[in-house]
Amino acid sequence: MNNHKLTRNLYMVPYAVWILLFVIAPILLVIYYSFIDIQGNFSFANYEKFFTPVYLKMTLSSFWYAFLITLFSLLVAYPTAYLLTKTKHKQLWLLLIIVPSWINLLLKAYAFIGIFGTYGVANSFLEVIGIGTQQLLFTDFSFIFVSVYIFIPFMILPIFNAIDTINPVLLDAARDLGASKWDTFRRVVFPLTMNGVKSGIQIVFIPALSLFMLTRLIAGNRVITLGTAIEQHFLVTQDWGMGATIAVFLIIAMFLIMFLTSGFRKRGA
Amino acid sequence: MKKLTQAFIAVLIVSVLLLIAINRLNASAGYSGNNTLTVFNWGDYIDEELIDQFEEETGITIIYETFDSNEAMMTKIKQGGTTYDVAVPSEYTIEKMREEDLLVELDHSKLPNLNNIDERFMDLSFDPGNKYSVPYFWGTVGVVYNKEMLPDMEFTSWDDLWDPRLKNEILLVDGAREVLGMGLNSLGYSLNDTNKDHLHEALEKLQGLTPNIKAIVGDENKLLMANEEAAVALVWSGDASEIMWENENLDYSVPEEGSNLWFDNMVIPKTARNIDGAHQFINFMLDAEVAAQNAEYVSYSTPNKAALEYMPEEMVTDERFYPSPELTDKLEVYENLGKENLAYYNDIFLEFKMYRK
Repeated sequence: MNNHKLTRNLYMVPYAVWILLFVIAPILLVIYYSFIDIQGNFSFANYEKFFTPVYLKMTLSSFWYAFLITLFSLLVAYPTAYLLTKTKHKQLWLLLIIVPSWINLLLKAYAFIGIFGTYGVANSFLEVIGIGTQQLLFTDFSFIFVSVYIFIPFMILPIFNAIDTINPVLLDAARDLGASKWDTFRRVVFPLTMNGVKSGIQIVFIPALSLFMLTRLIAGNRVITLGTAIEQHFLVTQDWGMGATIAVFLIIAMFLIMFLTSGFRKRGA
Repeated sequence: MKKLTQAFIAVLIVSVLLLIAINRLNASAGYSGNNTLTVFNWGDYIDEELIDQFEEETGITIIYETFDSNEAMMTKIKQGGTTYDVAVPSEYTIEKMREEDLLVELDHSKLPNLNNIDERFMDLSFDPGNKYSVPYFWGTVGVVYNKEMLPDMEFTSWDDLWDPRLKNEILLVDGAREVLGMGLNSLGYSLNDTNKDHLHEALEKLQGLTPNIKAIVGDENKLLMANEEAAVALVWSGDASEIMWENENLDYSVPEEGSNLWFDNMVIPKTARNIDGAHQFINFMLDAEVAAQNAEYVSYSTPNKAALEYMPEEMVTDERFYPSPELTDKLEVYENLGKENLAYYNDIFLEFKMYRK
């Protein structure tokens, strides 16, 4: 018995070491660095700096764009996932949706520079249908469009799984009891897929908050997110303290969102 | 449990065998001992024929690695995992590397070809007496513009960029020193100015440029200019000459108020094992004919005066890339302003980017 317990503990070692090294230690390091100012002294200067208009505005706009990206991803992903579960070869269709996410993000971003460019495919199309050439690249529209495109597979997957595992008996029961199609969806299907929606929101919102490559490539730095600032502080200024401070706020935001979304789950269950 | 132990031992044995195999392979390929030299350079920044030529002449095998930013290069050298023998940092990085004691002093007696370098480019502020570095290529920061899209415009002054006709046509490079430097220069200040009032004045002036700015981008500006997505861009001269080959409507000019003069330089980092070989390589690259061939291939400006004779006339007399001494006198090298001032520059630049709508 004792021996059995020992083996089990032994199996735990890799996980414990992993979590310690790659989850807890980095977070502690980030928090430690956030208290080191640019001269290398311990201080709260970075936190004071965070609460200046520049960074507060940046935080607000990051949240706003992350919200928009999550919202549009959800609006596209939910009906898609729903229709997918109704198709004949659903695993194949799902695979086709996931395959683009295997392509490197940078490549996709460069492809979009070509597509949205003045002489790109999108503008040729607008020309043909009579709207005429528009500036698409380096606008809010292109930034949100490309971000949504990139995040959609991550939103579809959890929602698809949630819809797919609904017991069809429940739907039959709803119909037998006289619920209309809409009622069935609103009162049966949607509540049962809330968990999928919440996972999708978690997977999309948090990375969207710290997007940085697209802000430059697609938005031409018209959109500045917290991720952009972190990149600049670590690579250019080498002000690790300030970069870490922003990261601390991102971690707090992450926990808040995890807490909010999982809190609802308990109430629903 | 027994099975686990067995599996563990098996993995261990395989690892050791692989390690031995790698060692053997490296040895047979000549990747060990005294006859190799690891060169760490920017991507596409050397004529590769010259590497073969060097290997033939000296019997030294070159391992060639590339990087795409000074910061990335410096981090790798600091970590010290690879024994880089020669690296090519830009001038402000040399100051940082010197401060952190990452460089080996050069032995000038082993570099007789150092005499080929133009006097103007020796003994500069970032490395007095060239104790640690030898210039490899140099250039300016200026404006690349599309003559066909802007038929009657010239860029002799920075203020030309503020012309309302350029609405939504300018690409800036995503660098605090470059953009603020432009603001400071246009006001007649030095681009190494650290006076906070002057910096705020520059910020205000730059904010007036906002309607003309299409985007603030990185290396993509080359692609965007070549594809005529925008009419004007702030660029390094090296990038300008590169895209001018691709699109002949493009032209380059350095505004007369002054601008930045930059250098990429060969150094021997502390990680070097083959210091003798490193000197041999640097001396080889300083040879007049070799430097000429390299400059023709890379199409950046060479500081090698003796090499100019071996280069095509139209390349050497091109004032855009080999500006007259009168203009180079007005150009300034970026000084290492120290972390605090650099942070201040970046804060201002961030503010400029934030309020840009």
